[in-house]
Amino acid sequence: MIVTTEETREVITGNHAVSHGARLARAQVISAYPITPQTQVVELLSSFCEDGSLDAKFIQVESEHSAMAALVGASSVGARCFTATSAHGLALMHEMLHWAAGARLPIVMANINRAMGAPWSVWTDQNDSLSQRDTGWMQIYCESNQEVLDTVIQAYKTAERVALPAMLVLDAFVLSHTAEPVEIPSQEAVDDFLPPYEPDLRLSTEDPHSFSGLATPDTYMEFRYGIQKSMERALEEFQRVDDEFYEAFGRRYGLIEQYRTDGAELLLVTSSTITSTARVVIDELRDSGRHVGLLKIRLFRPFPGELLRSLVANAKKLAVIDRNIGFGVGGIFAQEIRAALYNHIQIPVFGFVAGLGGRDVRPSLIREVIEYAETHEEPEDLIWKGVKL
Amino acid sequence: MIEIRFHGRGGQGAVVASEILATAFFREGKFVQAFPTFGVERRGAPVAAFVRTSSVPIRLRCQIEEPDHVVVLDPTLVSAIQVTSGLKPGGWIIINSEHDPTDFTQFLDGGWQVACVDASGIAVKQELGTRTNPIVNTSVLGAFARATGLLQLESVLEAVRKGVPVRAEANVRAARAAFEAVRYSTLEEVQS
Repeated sequence: MIVTTEETREVITGNHAVSHGARLARAQVISAYPITPQTQVVELLSSFCEDGSLDAKFIQVESEHSAMAALVGASSVGARCFTATSAHGLALMHEMLHWAAGARLPIVMANINRAMGAPWSVWTDQNDSLSQRDTGWMQIYCESNQEVLDTVIQAYKTAERVALPAMLVLDAFVLSHTAEPVEIPSQEAVDDFLPPYEPDLRLSTEDPHSFSGLATPDTYMEFRYGIQKSMERALEEFQRVDDEFYEAFGRRYGLIEQYRTDGAELLLVTSSTITSTARVVIDELRDSGRHVGLLKIRLFRPFPGELLRSLVANAKKLAVIDRNIGFGVGGIFAQEIRAALYNHIQIPVFGFVAGLGGRDVRPSLIREVIEYAETHEEPEDLIWKGVKL
Repeated sequence: MIEIRFHGRGGQGAVVASEILATAFFREGKFVQAFPTFGVERRGAPVAAFVRTSSVPIRLRCQIEEPDHVVVLDPTLVSAIQVTSGLKPGGWIIINSEHDPTDFTQFLDGGWQVACVDASGIAVKQELGTRTNPIVNTSVLGAFARATGLLQLESVLEAVRKGVPVRAEANVRAARAAFEAVRYSTLEEVQS
């Protein structure tokens, strides 16, 4: 069954929202290896390729390392490339992630956040994607299935403008296997928004160049400088793409979203789906007169530090919930936030770690986090929530 | 917001049933969320799936611990697991069973409403699955619509047509037959 090219509104899972995003972006080469909970993403994409809904080459490889290696090759000749993975699959790709960024290839990948073993888990937390922090990939954390689909399209446009790869990230099960209404744009609207990929240089026998050869100490550092400069530019480009997306589709997400922050003395800071449940709690507390608001960090790399500083300037305290743990330090978003503030403004940052390995994060836990930060004066770097001791 | 939990066995289609029911509510203009038990499942082992529906956007993304209603796809689960765990007082328990609702005194005494439909028999008649392993997930949705009155049969039938991978019309007939055949005991009846 070939899918419609008209705009529709359907009840679909986060995994299938990813697949539709890649279809609408007209990915030309998809290389993937299945892993729970990502499997349905590539299952639907392979059926799109088979039934003609998507004119792409689908390569089933023997490992995730090969999946990314195949895309490095395909992207080098100028193809728009896509893959998806989770946890151990992403870890196995690690070497090739560096290669894709170093070679300046705008590959887009969906990573379904799944906790790392040992011990085995298939449930959500962010340690898999955050372990890839310094590979040179942009990282965007999504809250809803609509945002997932829209982010695939936004990611291609930004990635191709700055010549860096982009990873969109969504929670295992909480989005990947949860069905909810999603507006699926028409192919025509997406084509108008996202032009075909036209790299400045491509691997071609017609116009031969050498790519990614040996860089001696005399030249290597400039390649790294170039990546950093492009990451800085990506902050502006991502905002621009989000604005253009709003004009075209009427939806926008920002790099950091403010939710009910007017006059807030305490700002709760979240990412991914914890944000969604936190909105319910913030609504309750605001409506009862409490001075608390919410910031959702959507873009993690490049990190929007300057924007963050402008948004927290009037707050008295921050309470960060991390669904991840940087062993030996604490929550990773909290660390990044403290680093972004330190040289500029001084605001107490309470770092909470919760929900690891898919442990449920309920409104009661979020209320406790807010209560704790409101009633304590001295900030603490690491406060465990919901751990059984 | 209304929260619904499905109990079935791995392979019976509880997850598909939850997605079809969510789509049916969505067709009536509601906001919806459908999700399985998070994790890995085994064929034949007890599984659960969940639906949230609301007239306003749904922000909660935590598990459902206290459902308003429960649907039981496999009659053997009634004695195998605690299907009423966390079920709110007065909620419906829709059971695939040849028995009469009044046979489930433990549920009626607990303050819940019970509906029974022989979904397995209906499925066999429509040749959905096999006699030993009938596919009952679409039939029970017809029964759910009738007993709870939460949505129109037509919405369920449209969602079934769209949501089943094969034999859409046989599934539609099964859902309609279950809508007609369901027997139920409301709280008022039980109390009187």
